[in-house]
Amino acid sequence: MTAISRRAALRAVPVGMAACLVLGTGAAAADDATVKIGYAVARTGPNATGAGITTIPNYELWVDTVNKAGGLKMPDGSQRMIEVVEYDNRSSNEDLVRAIERLASQDKVDLILPPWGTGANLAIAPLMARFGYPQLAVTAVTDKAPDFAARWERSFWMLGGGHDYAAGLVDVLSQARDAGTINGKIAVVSVADGFGIDLITGARPAFEEAGFELAYDKTYPLGTSDFAAIMSEAQASGADSFVAFSYPPGSFGMTKTAQSMGYNPKVFYISVGGAFPIYPGVADGKAEGVMAIGGVDADSPAIMDYFARHEAFAGKAPDSWASAITYASLEMLAQAVERAGLDHAALAGELSTGSFDTVIGEVKLEDNQLRDLWWVGQWQGGAFRAVNPAGKEGASVPMIPKPDW
Amino acid sequence: MIRLLLPPAALALLAVWPMMVSDYGLGLLIGAATYVTLASAWALFSGQTHYVSLATVAFYGTGAYAVAVLNEALPYPAVLLCAALAGAAMALAVGLSTLRLRGVYFVIFSFGLAELVRQLITWYEVNVTGTLGRYIFLDVTARGIYWQMLALGAATIALTAWINRSRLGMALRVIGDDEEVAAHSGINLARTKLAAFVLSAVILTLAGAITSPRYVYVEPSIVFNPTVSFLTVIMALLGGANRLWGPALGAVPLFLAFEWLSAHFPDTYPVLLGLLFIGVVFLVPQGILPAAERLMRRRAGA
Repeated sequence: MTAISRRAALRAVPVGMAACLVLGTGAAAADDATVKIGYAVARTGPNATGAGITTIPNYELWVDTVNKAGGLKMPDGSQRMIEVVEYDNRSSNEDLVRAIERLASQDKVDLILPPWGTGANLAIAPLMARFGYPQLAVTAVTDKAPDFAARWERSFWMLGGGHDYAAGLVDVLSQARDAGTINGKIAVVSVADGFGIDLITGARPAFEEAGFELAYDKTYPLGTSDFAAIMSEAQASGADSFVAFSYPPGSFGMTKTAQSMGYNPKVFYISVGGAFPIYPGVADGKAEGVMAIGGVDADSPAIMDYFARHEAFAGKAPDSWASAITYASLEMLAQAVERAGLDHAALAGELSTGSFDTVIGEVKLEDNQLRDLWWVGQWQGGAFRAVNPAGKEGASVPMIPKPDW
Repeated sequence: MIRLLLPPAALALLAVWPMMVSDYGLGLLIGAATYVTLASAWALFSGQTHYVSLATVAFYGTGAYAVAVLNEALPYPAVLLCAALAGAAMALAVGLSTLRLRGVYFVIFSFGLAELVRQLITWYEVNVTGTLGRYIFLDVTARGIYWQMLALGAATIALTAWINRSRLGMALRVIGDDEEVAAHSGINLARTKLAAFVLSAVILTLAGAITSPRYVYVEPSIVFNPTVSFLTVIMALLGGANRLWGPALGAVPLFLAFEWLSAHFPDTYPVLLGLLFIGVVFLVPQGILPAAERLMRRRAGA
């Protein structure tokens, strides 16, 4: 049998594919003069959206910025270029843990940057501690941050906990109620998933303590796409304030539903997704007055410069919640390296005690946590401005009532 | 004699292997041992009966969740025991009500099961405990996890070997060939299928319980990841689901291939994965082992 059968041809395909793959792997030559920085982020799977908005563009922007400036500065004044080792964690903690082991024991990278998400950061924390790497956990929102910072000495928690955000919102609403702008009734809905639950369990007692009445309080499952029923019930509850502890799909869906049914509460608050640069587009250009988690000091020159550089580099604006903090964490890392070098113990000590000049202003951690954060922001004049804590420098005055859609 | 001595010797060799590798090497060993166990346990039921189950992660996730709930209340062995019991109870309840389904209906049901368990846990956590994430702080080292998984995997393969020679294995094979014939020859269909299903489920649950300390943080969306179910099936199919060593033979190379692909092609990995799946189904639908046996027989005959 000399003719090539279809079967034989089919068998040959994978062989050819494998050969192409083998040839495709160029061995990256390691240079002694570089600083190897590794990270395992979600390129695929459910976490890819969050990582793609908040984490990956900032890592790439920072590496690009540092390398264009000649590299990371060392304590002796020399500069070393950054070499990146990157893996996809496939949004699976199992793969993530293995990737961190690989970065630490196989690639022997000098520094490891954290993945996106609370669960992912917790999954790698014991490993990072065992290998001794400092962990700047930015995109991890957890009320247990003080416990974790004590448990893993070289871990740093930089985005607060669910209770902080709930308390910030209660603060904003209490002031509006005391000024007579809104009534004492709140309609609140929450998504039945990690962060939504953290927020609602923090918010319920806080609202009650502040003398608010929860006129409507409903939980909806993750993946809900039709909000008409809960929105009209919220509207009928007589509350002036609508609060949604939601994820991006829900935040966007509720915005559109409120617009199409003409629901105009005096306060319209959504959670994750409200600070995304695409939100004004989702709200059909009528985002003015919408409140959400996060916020930035939009008038600060450092933030304006950061937004412009991010847009030029990544082709899109950063989100106005965790993006700037992620970038600030990298600036902290660079400055700590400049002062303490690459020795992990010295570096962690410097991160813990030093103060740093970043895009979000001067940063000094308290008990290995960033506590000087913005809890509530609001769309005002095309920017997502921070409104709470009201006493913090750069805070805008909340606009209540929100203009009609 | 050699046939009897070889497996223990190989097992001993595997057990001392972690002493010689880096942490990443150990991570790879754990991953490979986990998938060998999952694929072998899956094949214990599905390989012989041809009931393709996509419920692997329902049990695997239940095991992880059992540890997350109980790890602070009970000593570790008791936690594992409770996890195994939970898996067995779930498999009994599910098996009694669904093993009458056949073919594609069973596949769809088993896929839905993982989602059902995940939603039930979510509902319970939201409405009763008011928190969703749980933490696992156990002093189990990576080596400890590897040894436990290795023992579980070895036990699974030994159990399969024993079942294959027993009346139960015979009955399962007949059911796989033709259920009508099996029923007419006096095999108690329900009891036989249920026994194999529960055994397989207990192993899957234990595997989830053993690996869970590596996560530290457990959430339904993390532990009920449907990819685990699909990978398990494709690994067992690649090796040969109705052969004793087939699932192990499929799991190790595929696991290493995934690892290599995700490291070198993070962006195109899902596409390559899809091509690989199609390739397996097209080129070796029966699995590598049966294909190799056929080839050898042809050689011998020629």
